[in-house]
Amino acid sequence: MYEYLMSHSPEPQVSGWGNLPGPGREVRAEDLTQVWDAPLFRGLARSYGDSSLPPPSRPVVVSTVLADRVLKFDESTGILRAECGLSLAELNRAFLPRGFFTPVTPGTQFVTLGGMVAADVHGKNHHVEGCFGQHVTRLKMRVGSGQVLECGPDLEPELFWATVGGMGLTGHILEVEFQMARIPSPWIWMESERVPDVDTYVRKLKEAAPEWPMTVGWIDCLSTGKNMGRGILMKGRWAHPAQAPQHFPRPLPNLVFPFTAPQFLLGRQTVQAFNFGYYWKHFRKKHERIVDPFSFFYPLDFVRDWNRAYGPRGFTQYQCVLPESAGEGAARRFLEVLTRRGGASFLCVIKDCGPQGKGLLSFPMKGMSIALDIAVRDNTQALIDDLNAFVIAEKGRMYLAKDAFTRKEDFEKMEPRLAEFQRVRQKWDPTFKFKSAQSIRLLGDPP
Amino acid sequence: MKAAVLGGTRGMGRALARRMVERGDWVTVLGRDGEELSRSVADLSARATPGTQVHSAVCDLEKTAQFGPALEAADHAMGGLDVVVVTAAVFATQDKLEDDAALTQKLLTVDFANTIVFCEEARKKLLGKGKGTLCVFSSVAGDRGRKPVVLYGAAKAGLSHYLEGLDHKFRQQGLKTVCVKPGFVRTGMTDGLKAPPFAGEPDEVAAVVLQAIDEGTPVVYVPPIWRLVMTAIKALPRFAMRRVGF
Repeated sequence: MYEYLMSHSPEPQVSGWGNLPGPGREVRAEDLTQVWDAPLFRGLARSYGDSSLPPPSRPVVVSTVLADRVLKFDESTGILRAECGLSLAELNRAFLPRGFFTPVTPGTQFVTLGGMVAADVHGKNHHVEGCFGQHVTRLKMRVGSGQVLECGPDLEPELFWATVGGMGLTGHILEVEFQMARIPSPWIWMESERVPDVDTYVRKLKEAAPEWPMTVGWIDCLSTGKNMGRGILMKGRWAHPAQAPQHFPRPLPNLVFPFTAPQFLLGRQTVQAFNFGYYWKHFRKKHERIVDPFSFFYPLDFVRDWNRAYGPRGFTQYQCVLPESAGEGAARRFLEVLTRRGGASFLCVIKDCGPQGKGLLSFPMKGMSIALDIAVRDNTQALIDDLNAFVIAEKGRMYLAKDAFTRKEDFEKMEPRLAEFQRVRQKWDPTFKFKSAQSIRLLGDPP
Repeated sequence: MKAAVLGGTRGMGRALARRMVERGDWVTVLGRDGEELSRSVADLSARATPGTQVHSAVCDLEKTAQFGPALEAADHAMGGLDVVVVTAAVFATQDKLEDDAALTQKLLTVDFANTIVFCEEARKKLLGKGKGTLCVFSSVAGDRGRKPVVLYGAAKAGLSHYLEGLDHKFRQQGLKTVCVKPGFVRTGMTDGLKAPPFAGEPDEVAAVVLQAIDEGTPVVYVPPIWRLVMTAIKALPRFAMRRVGF
C-alpha cells in the first residue's frame, strides 16, 4: 500500500520455523487459481528446515492461509471438506465445541490442512490411528499440466499416495476432505508418570500402547549414567462425559516471545537447569487428572514465536524413527551418540509408532520416534551426520518436515521408497515445475 | 442481528461474517461472483450456531443497478435487515494507477462514487425500517494526502468525509454510521506488499469491528494502534511530509 512497503531488500529472505533463512519471499493468495505457476505452496510454515522454502531460481512461495473456507461438513458422517489453508486452530475453534476433532493432530495447532497432508503428520495416537493421510478421503489438486483434478485412496491412488507425505512436490493441494473424529467430551483424561531411565521409559511406552490411545513423553537427554534419559511419560484418552467438567475448556492464553534471545541463553547450563526442574516438578511418581486438550496436545502453542528463544542462529529439530528391529536398547544408544557430541536439547520426545502408512514418503514406521530440538552451533552439521549414521545403521529414517542438515547420500540410504516416489512425481510433473529448496538439496532436483 | 455484508467473500469481510454467524447473527453475503458466494455460504453455514441463517446475493460495486435489488434480496431472505457492511473496494498501487488512466477511473468510481451510491441505498433502506447501522470500510489512507496513496487516498478521504456527514445528519433519526479505517491488514488486497510494523490479521480486525458495530462507534481504527500512528502522521508539518516516503 505504501511505497516504502513495496521496496523489497535486494535479497529477500524467507525461513521455516527453525529461523534458518533462504532466498525468496512469501506471498499470500486468497484465490489460489491466480497462482498456478508457483513452484511451491506452504501453509503456516511450521516445518523447521527448508521444506517450505522455494527454489532459488524461482524464489516465491505462496502462503495458502487466506484460502481457509470450510466447504462441506456433514454432522452425521463427520466428513469435512475445506480449502487447504484452513488451520487446525480454526478447525478446533469451530468444531471442538460441537464434539468433533481432527483424527490426528501434530504438536501444534498452527498448521494448515494442506501442510498436514504434505507432511503426512502424525501425533500421540499414531500407534492406533496412523498418520493424517490415512483419514483423507479426497484431495483437489493442480498437477504439472495445470489441470485441476480430484484424487483419493480410490481415485488416482498413485498420485494420492505420492502427495500424502510428498512435501508439496507433486502439485498444489487446493482442497482437503477428511474424516473428523467424534469425541465424547472436550477434555482429556491423562495419567503421567515419572520414569527413572530411558530403558524403563521405552518399556513402559510399549506397555501402554494397547491400553492408551494416546501416548507421549519427554526425556532429559543431558543426564548420564544410571539416570540417562529419565523422563515423564504421559498417557491420555478423551474423557468420558461423566468424568469431564461440564464447561468448555478455556483456550490457552496467548503470549508472545517478544524478541530474538541472545545466544548464551540456551547454553548447556540453562538446559540442565530446565530439565532438572521439569523432571522434579513431577514430584509424585504417578499422577492422574483431567486436562484441557490445548495444554495436552499443544503445550508450546501458548507462547507465540517461541522459536525466537533459540537465538539469532536459529535451530533445527532432529526427528528420526527407529524400527522395532533396532531393539529396546536403541533409544539409549541413540542418546549415547548425542551425548558424545555434546548435544543439548530442551525438548526430547520419544513416541511410539504404529505400522508404516501408504504415503510414499510418509515418515513413521513400526518402532519408536525420537525428536530433539537443537540450537544451531558450529558443530551442528557433524552432530546430524553422526545421528544419521546411527539411524542408517539401524535401518530407520529421518523426518523431512524437520530436516535442514541431512546430506543427499544419507537420505538416499534411508529411503528405499524414493525411486518409486520420483517415478510417480515425474509422471505428473515431468518438467519439475514443483520443487523446494529441500527437494533440490535432498532429491537432486535441478536448481 | 441481521446483516448484509458487501465483500463478505474475502478478507476482512469474510472474517467479520464468520464472527457474526458464530455468535448467531444472520448474514447475507453480497459479492460479484456466484461461485465465490456459494463457497462462502458453505463456509459460514458450517460455522454458524444452530438456527442461524446464511444467504447470498449478487452485487457488484461496478454495477449500480444491482444495489437496490441486492439489499432488497437480503432483506427479503432474512425477513429483516438492521446492519449493512461494506468491505469491498478496488486497490492498486500509486505507480500502477499513474500509468493507467482507465484503472484510475475505475478505482475512483468504485471506491468513491459507487460506494456512496450503495450507501445511499442502504441509508434509505435502514431509515425506512426506523433504525439500523451502516458500517463502511474506508482507510487510514484517507487521513492525509501522502505520496504512496495519492489517488486511493483521495477516494477514501472523500468516503470518510461522506460517512462523517451521514453520521451527523442521521444518527438522531436512528441510523448509526461506523467508519472503519484499517491500517495495513494482511489480506489478499495487500498481497505482495511488504508488511510494515503493526500489520494486522483479518480476524483480529473483525473482532474490533464487530464490537464497534454493536456499540455504534463512529470512527474505528484497526488494528487500534493505527489511531496513534495516524495522529503522528497528521501532526507532521508539510515540509516534513514532502520529504518522507510515506
